[in-house]
Amino acid sequence: MQMHSLAFDISHTLAGGLVLISFMMLYQDRLYSLLNVFALHAVVLALSVAWQAYIQDAPHLYITAVIALVFKAIVIPVALHRIVKQLGIHRDIESAVSIGLTMLAGMALVALSMVLMLRVTADADPLAREDLAFALSVVLLGLLVMVTRRNAVSQVVGFMSLENGLVLAATGAKGMPLVVEISVAFSILIAFIVIGIFLFRIRERFDSVDVSALDDYRGERR
Amino acid sequence: MSSLVLQMSCVAGLLGIAVLAIVLSRAKTSTTIIYCATTAVSLVALFGSIRFLVGEAPNASGLVLPVGLPWLGAHFRLDALASFFLVVVNLGGASASLYGLGYGHHDPAPHRVLPFFPAFLAGMNLVVLADDAFSYLLCWEFMSLASWALVMAHHREPDNAKASYVYLVMASFGTLALLLAFGLLAGPTGDYGFAAIRAARHTPYVAALVLILMLLGAGSKAGLVPLHVWLPLAHPAAPSHVSALMSGVMTKVAIYGFIRVTFDLLGQPIWPASVVVLFLGGTTAVMGILYALMEKDLKRLLAYSTIENIGVIFAGLGLALAFQANGQKLAAALAFTAALFHVLNHSFFKSLLFFGAGAVLTATGERDMDKLGGLIHRMPFTSFVVLVGCVAISALPPFNGFVSEWLMFQAVLQSPELPQWALKIMVPAVGALLALAAALAAACFVKAFGVTFLGRPRSTAAEAAHEVDRYSLSAMFILAALCLLAGVLPGLVIDALAPITIDILGGRMPIQADEPWLSIAPIAESRSSYNGLLVMIFITVSASLSVFVIHRFASHALRRGPAWGCGFSDPTPAAQYSAESFAQPIRRVFGTLVFRARDHVDMPAPGDVRPARLRIELHDLVWEGVYLPIVGAVGFSSDRLNRLQFLTIRRYLSLVFATLVTLLLVLAIWS
Repeated sequence: MQMHSLAFDISHTLAGGLVLISFMMLYQDRLYSLLNVFALHAVVLALSVAWQAYIQDAPHLYITAVIALVFKAIVIPVALHRIVKQLGIHRDIESAVSIGLTMLAGMALVALSMVLMLRVTADADPLAREDLAFALSVVLLGLLVMVTRRNAVSQVVGFMSLENGLVLAATGAKGMPLVVEISVAFSILIAFIVIGIFLFRIRERFDSVDVSALDDYRGERR
Repeated sequence: MSSLVLQMSCVAGLLGIAVLAIVLSRAKTSTTIIYCATTAVSLVALFGSIRFLVGEAPNASGLVLPVGLPWLGAHFRLDALASFFLVVVNLGGASASLYGLGYGHHDPAPHRVLPFFPAFLAGMNLVVLADDAFSYLLCWEFMSLASWALVMAHHREPDNAKASYVYLVMASFGTLALLLAFGLLAGPTGDYGFAAIRAARHTPYVAALVLILMLLGAGSKAGLVPLHVWLPLAHPAAPSHVSALMSGVMTKVAIYGFIRVTFDLLGQPIWPASVVVLFLGGTTAVMGILYALMEKDLKRLLAYSTIENIGVIFAGLGLALAFQANGQKLAAALAFTAALFHVLNHSFFKSLLFFGAGAVLTATGERDMDKLGGLIHRMPFTSFVVLVGCVAISALPPFNGFVSEWLMFQAVLQSPELPQWALKIMVPAVGALLALAAALAAACFVKAFGVTFLGRPRSTAAEAAHEVDRYSLSAMFILAALCLLAGVLPGLVIDALAPITIDILGGRMPIQADEPWLSIAPIAESRSSYNGLLVMIFITVSASLSVFVIHRFASHALRRGPAWGCGFSDPTPAAQYSAESFAQPIRRVFGTLVFRARDHVDMPAPGDVRPARLRIELHDLVWEGVYLPIVGAVGFSSDRLNRLQFLTIRRYLSLVFATLVTLLLVLAIWS
């Protein structure tokens, strides 16, 4: 019983940490710091998944954790770092909506997901319940990052953090087959490659990765 | 070989012919080959289904084909009801193919008709045979699309594109309603087989919703007012033998769907359902024939008359529902038999009349009745068979139309035995509407025949008309003979329909074969009976006698004198009754209310030499009151939604985000 409650506490802490780091993402206005926070996000995710693998006694989850660690905490942030450097946009300060408002919206979203998930999954395993609630918060916060940012790189980061939320939900539920997780991971990788290529194309065409350049090109006013 | 396998092989044969038609599309002989083949296959299917229906105790047989959804397969089943509708479909198919052997040679673009014609026949056969919701809907759509392609066959003619567009929209709407109806029927278990649906219990709410959805879905295909708008546009737009199939047969397939669901799958009906069906049936009958009376295009007139007949059939089905809900099996069987008999009759005479209209079209190139006239001298055989069709559809004895309408009124007369006051009042009122519709139908077809075939030609095209080919004539003569046969020997038909009423309603009409002298008695001979043979003999004898008397005692000399022109000195053909002037009294009486008809007379002042003009203003209130507002609303909202096409990426993301959050909020508040 003691062990169980400790296990619960640790996974709870890790998932809560993930939500906290999502909040941190919301107020980063430099790209480099945003990428660093994202890497931290991925590390915490990897820890959380590994802990789930340990307490659920599901060795295949270790593979997921390693994938998260290698790709999301190392490969993708490094690659994005290089992109930002090559594009020379590391000094850009960008945010479409003011930070205070964004934080308030984020809190409302977390409250919504808590209320919803805890009520809907009333008779589920308490561990899975908490995990799902946190995962939904992470997904919603990732979407919020995508919506409030103007720069394509930060939209990619928002998308990746959203995907982290999905992985958290998937590992929290017992018995999720490995193949699903691997395919999700690969789809993310492919999405990253496609988006990366697009970034350079946008850059070539418009001398900027601010997506508003696309809108200007289409003759739109914002 | 079991009957079902035979039918399915015929369907496969028809589909094969469709493929063959694509291969042969440009060959000269393709028209002959294809129509010969469809005639042969339809005849085989026709005799197979007749043998099943009247043979020893038709036992339902099923068949599962491993096509379609992987875990479901495609179920097909042949029972008495299905076999009756197969008779209707394949009789129409065989006669239309025979007619097409001659008519098809006048088609400017046969390669647009030939592949779809057998496919359309196959589709109608499959709908009737389907035994699960999935195959039913699939075949239904196949049938709709094949007929749509046939409507588009002459796509360069003005209005045809609009007609087929309206048809496509209404067909999609109808299928949507059917889809929802079957979804409700399958319920949460989601078993789409008809056997499972039949076995399940349906709550009254579900049953009421399904009935409404079926009225929308099957009703839009059959042409119930106010869902009929596509029918007078699309049916005449197709080549005439296809018009005959669409009007005479495809509307019946829709009625089959309605019967299958409301009588068979839903189980015991409730009486309020019958009120809706009766009301819609009566209204449709009167509205349809009033539209037809206002029409001067021959094929559109026939299409509107189809709407009237659909109304009559639905009224019969409504009566059957009312009696069945109250457990009056005999009266229910009577009303149901009357409706099915009318289905059969209408397929006979409507096909015949569309063939006649096609013959007129081939001979003169005209559909406008005001440009025809005097064809009885130039096309005597066509005139004769069309006259037979007109008499039959006007419900005059001794032809078949009379028998089914008479049975219908016999069923109406049973209404005092109904316990509910609503029905006691409603049924006679609907009976009055049906009587009105029957009288108006007679007027309508006096107009159609008189203006088209009698009098003097109103155009040079009508003057130069010639009789049509042997194949077309033989198809029409066969149908005319069937009209007379079914009118003289109705007992045979009623007895053949008995297995269906036993199957569906659990009751039947008395065995008519036992009645003496081929008469029919719907309830008991003491109540009422009809003898088509006696009536025919009486009419023949008295007519021959009077002809004899006139020729014997009147002058023998044949004189041709000038017709009396009512004092009008220059009797041109244009001074004859026209289609519109013939309908004027009825337009005055009913049109003022129903169509907001107004006559505008432009009379020049004395001394002015310009001609006086009469302009008639008619409003289609259904189109203006129901459809134009919908079209306007759709146009308005699409204009507004158009902006969504040009949002920025972030706004699209925000929209997705907002939708997600809203849905989550709804869930949070609601759960």
